[in-house]
Amino acid sequence: MVNNALSFTGNGLRDWIVQRITAVILALYTFFMVGYFLLTPEVNFTSWQTLFASRWVSIFTLLALGGLILHSWVGIWTILTDYVKPAALRFTIEIIVILALISYFVWGIEVIWSV
Amino acid sequence: MGCGESLTVKKNRPVNLRLTTIRFPCTAIVSILHRASGVILFLFIPLLLWLLEKSLHSAADFAAISECFASPVSKLFLLGLVAALSFHLIAGIRHLLMDIGVGESKCAGTMSAILVFILSIIVIGLLGVWLW
Repeated sequence: MVNNALSFTGNGLRDWIVQRITAVILALYTFFMVGYFLLTPEVNFTSWQTLFASRWVSIFTLLALGGLILHSWVGIWTILTDYVKPAALRFTIEIIVILALISYFVWGIEVIWSV
Repeated sequence: MGCGESLTVKKNRPVNLRLTTIRFPCTAIVSILHRASGVILFLFIPLLLWLLEKSLHSAADFAAISECFASPVSKLFLLGLVAALSFHLIAGIRHLLMDIGVGESKCAGTMSAILVFILSIIVIGLLGVWLW
């Protein structure tokens, strides 16, 4: 059994599934944003704020934010596991990345909340 | 190649130490670019969050950001970022299709890898036209 203590779920198959589910959420959110920019005649502060003031866009953004954090972690973990061989260095980078991602999540919630 | 002769292993095994002559198959190039673009996108999360925060904060901040992205240098930077996103997304869709059993053969894998490049170039080109 490979020690996956710092992988997101500690289980390769579950990480794999998390990566796919979050990928679909992020793809949908990207298409939604592209659609917004294409279909809005003039994107200005009012239309931009109105978009994020709507409840379902807030929820969708929150889902995408959470998806982005989990997706990033599974991806970065995989890359670190493949390329950074010294355990101490890998462990240090992993901790830094985890702390950064948690901070981004809290920050993102504050941004969504404040609209 | 002198050391090979003193060993008792098969002498005619292929040796290629000229790394510049090794060409990665395009499936491998898609794979490494998918990883590289993913890392780039990860590194720019704080900038995007900051832009989102500022753009939603006040009309003045929104205008300041719009003005900032009117300059060619920042447009080029923005294009680089959306190019990374486009490639990552298109290569990711290829991944998901393979996961549900579409195009899993070696031949189809090569074809879809080429298709990822073609689609990415088209999408990035269109985004470039749109940004300018």
